[in-house]
Amino acid sequence: MAEVALPAAPAAEEAPPRPDFQIVPLRGLPIVSAVLIGLIAAIAANKLWPLEFFHIAAGALWTSIDLFLGLVLGPILGRMAIPGRIELTTRLMPKMLLIMPTVVTVTLASGWQLGRLMGTIDSSYVNHGWIVASYIVVGVMAVIALGLLEPANVAVLFELKKRRPDPTVIQRLMKRFIYTAGIIGAMQVATLVIMTKVATG
Amino acid sequence: MSERRLPPVTEVAMTSMALIVIGGIWIASHLPNHVPLGPAVALLVASAALVVVNVVSLLRVPDFNWRQFWLVAKWAGLAYAVTAGMLAYVFINDGTRGGELVVLMLSLVVYAIHVPLLIGFTVARYQPLATEH
Repeated sequence: MAEVALPAAPAAEEAPPRPDFQIVPLRGLPIVSAVLIGLIAAIAANKLWPLEFFHIAAGALWTSIDLFLGLVLGPILGRMAIPGRIELTTRLMPKMLLIMPTVVTVTLASGWQLGRLMGTIDSSYVNHGWIVASYIVVGVMAVIALGLLEPANVAVLFELKKRRPDPTVIQRLMKRFIYTAGIIGAMQVATLVIMTKVATG
Repeated sequence: MSERRLPPVTEVAMTSMALIVIGGIWIASHLPNHVPLGPAVALLVASAALVVVNVVSLLRVPDFNWRQFWLVAKWAGLAYAVTAGMLAYVFINDGTRGGELVVLMLSLVVYAIHVPLLIGFTVARYQPLATEH
């Protein structure tokens, strides 16, 4: 995983200014709703193309975002000056709060339905071991994401909303976010290996 | 930053979620054949017990910022109820029935309670009552 350098933060009294922001960007909620309605329709229709579309599109986004955040943006963020880091955080993290749960839900729900349709989740499937391996990888990623990454994402936004945010708290939570995103990013490589194996038989 | 001693809510919640995930993998790896439900039920019960442990631990924390906790937990609860609902819809739509469905639904309930609890805790722990804005 990428190394993250996080220099010492100044005292809370010297907290740098940050742009105003919404913790949950309300403008994004209609988009999330539209995606989820499309997902429900695809599952209800139980047709190959819409299920493939949702699973591959959302899965690719999930993998790419995790890899990019953990291995590219994370180390850059760790080396930025604190005011720049805070500004990027206030603009990035609210969007992540909507994007990641949506992308994960769409990938898993459409993936399960697709597996049912194609018979790849049946225990009699020839590559059943690979499918179970994918369950394990996704399960580990889910526990890390739900237990560490997502709470850190929300908590850092609440800290930034304070009149005097504590840079030490922000630094601690962002470090946790970046490290867990890096771990999940590395595990996404395993997902790529498994899914390409399953797709090619 | 002043650091208070707090119960290991995050660790307990992650263990609880791991148990749920293992139970889910156990069931999913057997479908569509008969699933021996004993291990999945045991994992679900253990996971639910850890939710209770976390709630009791939190209730015993002095000066915990409950207002902030509930503010976050109720909205997180709504969001995770939607994601749990989506997964429940898929299982029902696929014809999963009987004991497997009951265990999967209860697992989703534990998930939809424990994740918001953990998010609410993580926010509230850094929002001490004395410095609430």
